[in-house]
Amino acid sequence: MIKVQQKIKDSAGDRLFMIGIYVILFVILIAICYPLIYVFSSSISSPAAVTSGRVWLWPVDISFKGFKVLLNTPEVTTGYWNSLFYTVFGTIISVALTIMIAYPLSRKSFFGRNFLMIMITFTLIFSGGLIPTYMVVKEMGLIDSRLALLIPNAIWVWQVIIARSFFQSSIPDELFEASEIDGCSDIRFLRSIVVPLSMPIIAVLVLMYAVGQWNAYFDALIYLKSANLFPLQLILRSIIIQNNSAGGMMDAMKMVERQQLAELLKYSLIVIATLPVLVIYPFVQRYFVQGMMVGSVKG
Amino acid sequence: MNHKSTIRNNKNRRSWTAEARKSFKKHWQLYFIVIPPALFFLIFKYYPMLNTVLAFKDYNVIKGIWGSPWVGMKYFNLFFENPMFWPLVKNTIYVSGYLLLAGFPIPILLALMLNEVRNGRFKKLVQLVSFAPYFISTVVMVSIIMLFLAPRLGFVNVALNYFGLDSINFLGEPGMFRSIYVWSDIWQNAGYTAVIYLAALAGIDPTLYEAAKVDGASRLQKIINVDLPGILPTIMIILILNVGSVMAIGFEKIYLLQNPLNLVNSQIIATYVYDIGLKNANYSFATAVGLFNSVINLILLVSVNSLAKRFSNSSIW
Repeated sequence: MIKVQQKIKDSAGDRLFMIGIYVILFVILIAICYPLIYVFSSSISSPAAVTSGRVWLWPVDISFKGFKVLLNTPEVTTGYWNSLFYTVFGTIISVALTIMIAYPLSRKSFFGRNFLMIMITFTLIFSGGLIPTYMVVKEMGLIDSRLALLIPNAIWVWQVIIARSFFQSSIPDELFEASEIDGCSDIRFLRSIVVPLSMPIIAVLVLMYAVGQWNAYFDALIYLKSANLFPLQLILRSIIIQNNSAGGMMDAMKMVERQQLAELLKYSLIVIATLPVLVIYPFVQRYFVQGMMVGSVKG
Repeated sequence: MNHKSTIRNNKNRRSWTAEARKSFKKHWQLYFIVIPPALFFLIFKYYPMLNTVLAFKDYNVIKGIWGSPWVGMKYFNLFFENPMFWPLVKNTIYVSGYLLLAGFPIPILLALMLNEVRNGRFKKLVQLVSFAPYFISTVVMVSIIMLFLAPRLGFVNVALNYFGLDSINFLGEPGMFRSIYVWSDIWQNAGYTAVIYLAALAGIDPTLYEAAKVDGASRLQKIINVDLPGILPTIMIILILNVGSVMAIGFEKIYLLQNPLNLVNSQIIATYVYDIGLKNANYSFATAVGLFNSVINLILLVSVNSLAKRFSNSSIW
């Protein structure tokens, strides 16, 4: 019934308008996909094809040479492991701390919640700045230690706000009152009722913090000195942006081959650094959207 | 009258402390678990704010922050009289102003267009794809930019040559820096921001659309008269946040895109602080520059917010 009505409604002007919208969206789709496909195709093409500009869309002379070389480059594999380490432990620490502050903030019986909320929101609009923060991290003896990437940026205020509004809107007060009468303590209530009921928001927290940690480079740049602690992103910066060539294997090669391989390695590196995130992303996208909607309930 | 109100005040105060005591006693576990995160904010957010006194002192490593001698506004004056001052302020405002002008309307248009699409699968596909670049790291984003724009082997120049045009050293041209920064940013983030507007569009009262239909409104009229007013509060909040962070433009991407050739246009306040502070260890001067930036930014945010409050009743607090 409704469908029939709509069919009658679409005038010629509307139809033209819709065609315009579809064309524009299609162009946007291509503009976003093309660079991603191009990088991926280049990474599995032969070094010579990449440097001679023969790759346009699909891979040319498929070869996995880039990945093979990267697997045998110690700085890349170390960086990969380091990034995994920072992502796993950083996410655990961040999610735990976020729940530990967001849950009390969501409870009306928590005295001083408004004051605490103002205090943490203020840090969003004013900060001490780069150098004063660096001095604190230095004073704590965290420079050039793994903890420097896990602790100083562990809590993101936006995540606290999102988690808090989720707790507030989805854990009914009656539930709490009932368990209080049964003699359930606050921590027990958090552990056995709030956390199991809040899996959607915990998924959002885990994803956001994990992606943030995997993609971060700035803290590593300022706090770390030893190359064996560097996350993958710093290695990427050194090889692609600062153009330091990778791979001990390349010493024996001829100049031309070496240059071609260096170019190929850049594409392969981008792929191994980004693929984990982009492959998981379509499956978890709805959680991100959910999280953003919860967050937009209040500002 | 006076007497009465003091009594009431006393009563209020008593109930205030009593309430606090009762809450502490009954919910001590809540206060217990909040200690680690509260310590985090004190140590890594508030302690650095105290450390900004560095800006008013001559920092001496041996004497430490508190033992170093006061020098008043010396470093601020040094910065204001520095020939770099105006170029830095100008570069910072130009880059973020450009980003605001170009980057603010595009997600809105994208969301409005997506909202019109009735084909569920196509809509989902566009949403999925346009959101994806948000997950690419800054380092990878800049790497892709550099590979695509490389003078000799870069895709763009190979394409230009193919059509018989000369190669351009994009990243070496100061005049192109801002466009590269802004348009790559839009490529990466427009889909993400559009989701926020799509959420707002989904919340519009369906009866309004029915009323528009009865009145015989075309799709465009419906967008202008129903959709746009419906998401105006969201638009205002995002606008306030964007204008309010003009001075706080991200350091990370600009720093990676910098090279000696484009530095004339790409050196902004944040990257300058990094250069003089951490690279040249001139802590006091760098802190002063950073503090100047934070304060200007705070003033900007508060005034934009109060303007928005006055003219459209939107506010972020």
